[in-house]
Amino acid sequence: MASKTGVVLSPSTTGSAPVPLAVAERPRRAPFMRKATLRKVGYQVIFYSALLGVWALVARLHVWPAYLFPAPWSVADALWAGIKDHSFLIAIAVTMKRMLIGYGISVVLGMILGVAVAGNRFLEETVGPLLVSLQSLPSICWVPLAILWFGLTEKAILFVVLMGCILSVTIAMEDGRRQMPRIYTMAGRNLGASGFRLFWYVMLPASLPYIVSGLKQGWAFGWRSLIQAEMNFLTLGLGQQLMMGRDLNDMSAVISVMLLIIALGYVVNRVVFRTMERALQTRWGLAPTV
Amino acid sequence: MRAQSQISNSLAERFVDQRKPAHGVAFSRPAILSFRQASGIPKVRLEDVSLSYRTDNGSRLLALDRINLQVRAGEFLCIVGPSGCGKSTLLHLIAALQRPTSGTIQVDDKEVVGAGTDRILIFQEHGLFPWLTVGQNVEFGMKMKGLPRAERKEKTRYYLRLVHLLQFENSRPHQLSGGMRQRVALARALATEPDVLLMDEPFAALDAQTRDMLHDELEKIWAETGRTIIFVTHNVREAVRLGDRVALMSFRPGRVKQEFVVDLPRPRHLEEVEVARTAREILDSLREEINKSLEAEYAAEGSHGL
Repeated sequence: MASKTGVVLSPSTTGSAPVPLAVAERPRRAPFMRKATLRKVGYQVIFYSALLGVWALVARLHVWPAYLFPAPWSVADALWAGIKDHSFLIAIAVTMKRMLIGYGISVVLGMILGVAVAGNRFLEETVGPLLVSLQSLPSICWVPLAILWFGLTEKAILFVVLMGCILSVTIAMEDGRRQMPRIYTMAGRNLGASGFRLFWYVMLPASLPYIVSGLKQGWAFGWRSLIQAEMNFLTLGLGQQLMMGRDLNDMSAVISVMLLIIALGYVVNRVVFRTMERALQTRWGLAPTV
Repeated sequence: MRAQSQISNSLAERFVDQRKPAHGVAFSRPAILSFRQASGIPKVRLEDVSLSYRTDNGSRLLALDRINLQVRAGEFLCIVGPSGCGKSTLLHLIAALQRPTSGTIQVDDKEVVGAGTDRILIFQEHGLFPWLTVGQNVEFGMKMKGLPRAERKEKTRYYLRLVHLLQFENSRPHQLSGGMRQRVALARALATEPDVLLMDEPFAALDAQTRDMLHDELEKIWAETGRTIIFVTHNVREAVRLGDRVALMSFRPGRVKQEFVVDLPRPRHLEEVEVARTAREILDSLREEINKSLEAEYAAEGSHGL
């Protein structure tokens, strides 16, 4: 409609006249930061400085003893000490390594299981409800079983992580297979894809928007399970650092490890999953959801 | 009328010799194309094809009832019918995305067993893969066929040029308009070089101007490539505009109620009196079926209301 009035066309309303989109749509120059972003950053700086200020003030007034309520600077000291003697860095490396292995296995197995359950009547009606009910079990409950089966080993930790996130991935994959528009599989089959290639080139990419939230949830659940498991197993890792802080009655160390765990979780969510969601949205032309 | 057709035929003959060989060169549009006559060789043959399925309340519904249909090689057959008459389902059966309950479907005298790239289906909408670029979409069928990369790239560009979308090779489907997307779908279908094109109301969701233009383009491509086309639509005028023959389907159970040979000279236009007159004739017969389908719809609504 807009084409008749000579207005510049937006991609979704373009008529059939071949207008080179890539050229027409490109903004002349992206400013360094948008006004909205600038305002958001401003708000955040104000809020977190105020929070820190209140914390410092309360600590300064000695409302509670310092060994229960340490000041921000002593937490910062503890953080710095942990980084300087490498104990925190090693803990981060060990924890992330476990997480990557456990999560990787979960994603592969979870996807296979999800596809199998969605594609098979028998499995759907038997394993399907089992998956949902198993997910109501907190993954910490697998710890005693894991210790009895595997002893205090890496395997036991990986097992707990696996049980923590595989169900999310499986259920998401199963849902994705069901929600994915059927037309994509029909078009794929019609164009000569079948078997594994149909799965790899059509079903998997077609279900991605539906499983991305499951992958995210799987990571979050797996992350919680891992830290919990590490707190019980007394091997290297962030969870163990946390318990060590408790054993030494060192509140500053406890808080600094907690901050580390929060920061890592945030960074992964922000860097990995937000990037993935953004990429999907621009490629598919979906409206931004969050 | 006869005189008119002779004139256009002789014109067409004159243009035949002047046409350049259709190789990778940009297509210049000749004033009037030569339209080959469909040969007498049957390409697709449906014999007593029936389809029934169980509905949610347990009763069996006969969707298609002993369909007999022959499509000659190079023929443009249009199928019209009220919504719910099973015309889309018929295409799915020919594409072997679904199996008939009974009867046989043959292409080139061989029974159809599975989906194959000799019969490509073009959907009403959303048939393109949103995770691939326009070029990758066109390439997809050839990739599944196992063509070497260089050949795929070349053919992708060739067919995109054919539908005048070469400059959008690296765009995403969602960046294109509805009409452009359908042209990409057409290029994707043609790129696998199918013998039979199955088109399921491909232009139903488009605005009138875009549809007119795509009619011209489709007719031209059909004339140039000599493909057999089975085109499903609920728009009778569109069927008369495009088809050599129009098959009218009845409402539930779907049967071929009547067939009309459209003997008007090409290229035709939607507004032509002859097109309108032929359409009118078919429409009179179709109206009965539409009424039946509406009655069924209202009856269903009534029972839901209670």
